[in-house]
Amino acid sequence: MELFLYTALFSPLVGSMFAAFFGSSPKTKIAGIVPSILLGVSLVSSTVLLVLVLNTGHTLHVEMMTWMATGDLYIPFGFVVDQVSVTMMMVVTLVSTVVHVYAIGYMDHDKGFNRFFAWLSAFVFSMMVLVMSDNFAGLFIGWEGVGLCSWGLIGFWYHKESATWAANEAFIMNRIADLGMLIGIFLVYWNTGTLQYDGAFAAMVNLDTSTLTWIGIFLFIGAMGKSAQFPLHTWLADAMEGPTPVSALIHAATMVTAGVYLVVRSNELYALIPNVGLFIASLGAFVAIFAATMALVNRDIKRVIAYSTLSQLGYMFAAAGLGAYWVALFHLMAHAFFKALLFLGGGNVMHAMSDELDPFKMGALGKTMKGTMIMMTLASVALAGIFPLAGFFSKDLILEVAFVDHHFIIYTVLLITAGLTAFYSFRIIALIFHGEDRHTALGFHPHEAYKFMLVAMTPLLILAVIAGFMFKESYFEMITYLLPATEYHVHNHTVYWIMTIGTQIFVIASIFYAYKKYIARGIKVPDGTSKMENSFAYKLLINQYYIPYFYEEYIAKPYRELSTVCWEKIDMKVVDASVDGIANVFYSTGKNTRTMQSGNLSTMLKWMVVGTVALLSLAVVFGLAVRYSGEIKTILSGLGV
Amino acid sequence: MEIGLNHYLVLSTILFAIGLVGVMRRKNLLMLFFATEILLNSVNVAFAAISHYYGDLTGQMFAFFVIAIAASEVAVGLGLLVVWHKRHNNIDLDNMTSMRG
Repeated sequence: MELFLYTALFSPLVGSMFAAFFGSSPKTKIAGIVPSILLGVSLVSSTVLLVLVLNTGHTLHVEMMTWMATGDLYIPFGFVVDQVSVTMMMVVTLVSTVVHVYAIGYMDHDKGFNRFFAWLSAFVFSMMVLVMSDNFAGLFIGWEGVGLCSWGLIGFWYHKESATWAANEAFIMNRIADLGMLIGIFLVYWNTGTLQYDGAFAAMVNLDTSTLTWIGIFLFIGAMGKSAQFPLHTWLADAMEGPTPVSALIHAATMVTAGVYLVVRSNELYALIPNVGLFIASLGAFVAIFAATMALVNRDIKRVIAYSTLSQLGYMFAAAGLGAYWVALFHLMAHAFFKALLFLGGGNVMHAMSDELDPFKMGALGKTMKGTMIMMTLASVALAGIFPLAGFFSKDLILEVAFVDHHFIIYTVLLITAGLTAFYSFRIIALIFHGEDRHTALGFHPHEAYKFMLVAMTPLLILAVIAGFMFKESYFEMITYLLPATEYHVHNHTVYWIMTIGTQIFVIASIFYAYKKYIARGIKVPDGTSKMENSFAYKLLINQYYIPYFYEEYIAKPYRELSTVCWEKIDMKVVDASVDGIANVFYSTGKNTRTMQSGNLSTMLKWMVVGTVALLSLAVVFGLAVRYSGEIKTILSGLGV
Repeated sequence: MEIGLNHYLVLSTILFAIGLVGVMRRKNLLMLFFATEILLNSVNVAFAAISHYYGDLTGQMFAFFVIAIAASEVAVGLGLLVVWHKRHNNIDLDNMTSMRG
């Protein structure tokens, strides 16, 4: 079984190195096909492991080799396949295999085809290290690895100023959060003496609450950065500058869920500090509605989907914070399927529209892109949480968790968010695929994507449809070996049915409202003149609550000014000047004393005499000083030295 | 008045000073050799005097060595001087600047 573990882990790395080998050569199909096949191998191995874990309940724990062993510190390259990590492995390998195959078609015309696959497979490898590691140090390596690959892929079109800017923003934001994470890891080691999950969590029971709270907070700061929670959320929407497959894989399905994974993995810690858990849940609920409102008005389909991702991550954190770890993980899985599907569909639309992303310029694309339309619609239905698709089971469960735990504010917020989710999802569906044809007038000639791209997307489609009712029971049985097996049932049947049906009606009503509003005739490309566009709420939302503006104005700019001051005043005038000064002393000494070397024997002899005299006098002074050292000391002490 | 160690040392110092000035001031290579001879011999005087004063022969032996070394040095030096004179027809130090840095 270890063989399967290593295959699952390392075949993406092999694929990445294979593609990197062609990095600087012109586009070769093989650089995309081989990594995709290797990912398929990884997927198969993960499936074998899943079947093993599912059927026998055994977990796999291997120690590949020692990484660090100094004194009491012992960190191995250890990997664990248990119920949690195997879930993540399945999600990661499945979505990335689909995305790889899809990307062969999507990146077909791109010059950086080979480089793209090298980065993408490297990302999958890092993500696998992240989820499979059995200690915090290995997790951190994967954590940084996915951050790096994300940087490389957001800034994939590096000739675009905005892309490199977004890449740097994502990287820097994540570094800020990683500092918190690192402090958390140090605290874990400091207080428990080990970084292995099992040892560390076992030792945490004996620690006092304030220490645990700090550990929990710092680890969660790391999770906030990677999962783009408020206030570190701005990078995720900007990360849409990357190619769409990247958005689907990294910024929807896998990497951004790493924060949720961390919280789920540390469930034993967070179970001890329910206050931090409540904070996480509240923040999650806040982010859910916060991001959903921004998605309502945005005029970039990828950004809308990105905000929706943010909002769904909020749901996951709300569930995890309330102690419903398995629900969070379940929603993570279901979300990965339909969100990746939504993104890939968005990629098809974007390709068809020659990289135009404004849904107001599209309309009636359903005629030419039937396959994409069906897929995106189903994905949106799943996202909205309509029975019997995946989102219904996972998202309604989170609502139930909040309700059963009597956190009614969180429940209400999440419920409203569910309505908003349905509205903005179908707003873009209606604008893209239905209504009047607005694109022909603008000179677009859309075409459906390659057939194999659509075929590649079907596994996601199937899973988005069936993942809920097919897997919920067996998943619950499997995962509760490891996570707290709390079942969330509303005990009163009437209340339960009112809640469920009420939610469904609310969501469906939102969908119909969105359709009615955006399918109407006479929708024009907004040009800033309509009444709605000049309203305060619209301006607030389209400018993302002015948070990017605030960051730019009050953090980035003062920081830049501070840097300029440091550069001009401190670096140039102090550091540089002193270094240059030292160099100049030597230089001018050399320049001035060079005249001594006139080649004239007479002059040189004179200098020799001078040198001898100088040395002699030094010797005399030194000798005198030694002889009269006692007296000199007395004099010096008299001076108070 | 008896001649003591100090007299010899004063003589040696005076000779050394004369030699040092000669080394610095002379522009004629031959005169430079003379000056170095004066320097060396002033040291020899000091060696011999101190050796006698302490009743230790080491100093006088060292003086002999110095004389031998000085003789060979002058022999080599004069040989070079003659060759230089043949080539350049002068032995002025200011003209010997081929080692300028």
